[in-house]
Amino acid sequence: MQTKRTVFGNRLLPYALLLPQIAVTVVFFLWPAAQAVLQSFQREDAFGLSTTWVGLANYLDLLDDPSYLNSLKVTAIFAPAVTLLSVGLGLVFAASLDRLVRGGRAYSTLLVWPYAVAPAVAGIMWWFLFNPTVGLLPYLLAMIGYRWDHALQPTDAMILVVIAASWKQVSYNFLFFMAGLQAIPKSMIEAAAIDGAGPVKRFFTIVFPLLSPTTFFLAVINLVYAMFDTFPVIHATTGGNPAQSTNILVYKVFVDGFIGLNLGSSAAQSVVLMAIVVALTVIQFKWVERKVTY
Amino acid sequence: MSAIEIAAVSKVYAGGVRAVSEVSLSIADGEFIVLVGPSGCGKSTLLRMIAGLETISSGTVTIGSRVVNDIDPAARNIAMVFQNYALYPHMSVYDNLAYGLRNRGVPKADIDARVAEAARMLEIEPFLERKPKQLSGGQRQRVAMGRAIVRKPDAFLFDEPLSNLDAKLRVSMRGEIRQLQRRLGVTSVYVTHDQLEAMTLADRIVVLNGGRVEQVGRPLDVYHSPASTFVASFIGSPAMNLADAEVMGGSVAIGGQVVARGVAGIVDGKLTVGLRAEDIQLATSGAGVPFVVRYVEELGALRLVHGSVEGRHLTMALSPDLPLSDEMKVAVAADRLHFFEGASGRRLARPADAQVGR
Repeated sequence: MQTKRTVFGNRLLPYALLLPQIAVTVVFFLWPAAQAVLQSFQREDAFGLSTTWVGLANYLDLLDDPSYLNSLKVTAIFAPAVTLLSVGLGLVFAASLDRLVRGGRAYSTLLVWPYAVAPAVAGIMWWFLFNPTVGLLPYLLAMIGYRWDHALQPTDAMILVVIAASWKQVSYNFLFFMAGLQAIPKSMIEAAAIDGAGPVKRFFTIVFPLLSPTTFFLAVINLVYAMFDTFPVIHATTGGNPAQSTNILVYKVFVDGFIGLNLGSSAAQSVVLMAIVVALTVIQFKWVERKVTY
Repeated sequence: MSAIEIAAVSKVYAGGVRAVSEVSLSIADGEFIVLVGPSGCGKSTLLRMIAGLETISSGTVTIGSRVVNDIDPAARNIAMVFQNYALYPHMSVYDNLAYGLRNRGVPKADIDARVAEAARMLEIEPFLERKPKQLSGGQRQRVAMGRAIVRKPDAFLFDEPLSNLDAKLRVSMRGEIRQLQRRLGVTSVYVTHDQLEAMTLADRIVVLNGGRVEQVGRPLDVYHSPASTFVASFIGSPAMNLADAEVMGGSVAIGGQVVARGVAGIVDGKLTVGLRAEDIQLATSGAGVPFVVRYVEELGALRLVHGSVEGRHLTMALSPDLPLSDEMKVAVAADRLHFFEGASGRRLARPADAQVGR
């Protein structure tokens, strides 16, 4: 492909044009990130009056900290669960739209709405729905003999935060899958139908493989979302409890840094979290992508 | 292999649009039928109804001895070649061919044998392990054909399969499709908007217009005795010359100028007269009709001369050897004229038609 090349008369002009974007990146990303890295090597007293250079101590402490290791484990359950649930539901809803005869517009409009809801509000809403005293769902669950209490039961709490965090992502994933499905030529589905594949077989042998670039992209996006952007959901529902059972990494960064005022450890944790997300993304792009492009 | 019987088939879409109206057609076992017509004439819809990709609003389609109206496409035992080939991009050529067989539970050894045979026939053996993306347009076309062949279906359905190829490849693939169909003897229905493809491929042509059958017949019959002005202008290139005319006592007059005499079997009155470009000769004696040349298209083997007679556009095909001049006269043989009813455009039969038609 031929790329268009713009030639500037003035050598400084291109840099001047880039400046706003670079300034935003530096001020709001590079500087804080550098600050976090710097802080992760320091220990600061709670009032910010004295700062000591401690080298890798903050990192080493993390390895011995059972609550941090627990947080890792919780995240290892939470993030894949949110990704699977939200991507899976998005795909199911999009595939259903494809088979819908009428009302497709209303259906997709309604499905997109949750994306406009702020994560904290979504969290509160689910918290209400699952509230053991006034919630609708525990009432229904009680009818089938299940006593729901996410304030006491770690499993219930995890289910609650996973659902609350996934809910609005379903809309996002639905939109992408809908676009992905529309990009599959109708004649290919017809050819498969003539080739003797029923709707289910067509989905798994033709549609799903053709959607794999979309699925892959969404897996990365949702995993990163689950690890980084789910703070408000946790904050509005369980606050990481009971017994640290929903204290995911990004929430622990907040709790240790801003509640516990252990800024050094908090900074070290956020650096580790950043490293994990970067590593995951690189792995996904390096290995998985090779298998999904045509 | 099976005959296909289409009986009074109609397609009415939601909203009342009639895409196909009361089409009836008997396709013999092993016959190559081409459905031809302009965009929106219902030819693809008719094909898709045979395939089962479109529901049939009324009428019946019978393949072999089964009425297939309510049978799934998969169970109709037909194979279809799509305009965009519809190859599965994530599968190798081998898997593309084998997909339909695997779905039907054909044993592995059998699949291998059938794919190998089809690949040999279509000369795509070197590409079996490749993905469709790595193939050229012509090769993809062959794979699409292969996918139809391996299934050993009762009928092949082609939906404008050559439209995406360049002109040269189209001509060679056309020949291959014809030979392959002859060799395999599978009943085929082929949809195209290209009258040349229709002429060259078909055992019988079905000309469709506005969802109705205008004419069914062998290519040369359709060419030589078109059933209506629509068919006359659609089949054949250049299109048949058509002009309003008046017949009076065996003489045909266009705009007051008598162009032919001695026409038998046509009732006096106003009508439309048709004349193929190659049926017009330059008048040797002085008795012809004055012809004004507007422009000339050189085709090499012949020359298309566009001009006018009495202000009506007329195209004639002349040998390039004949000299052109500004003031030419042309002569028309009365037995070469086609007559159509003025209002309906239907062909007016003449005694001479009996010899040409069948």
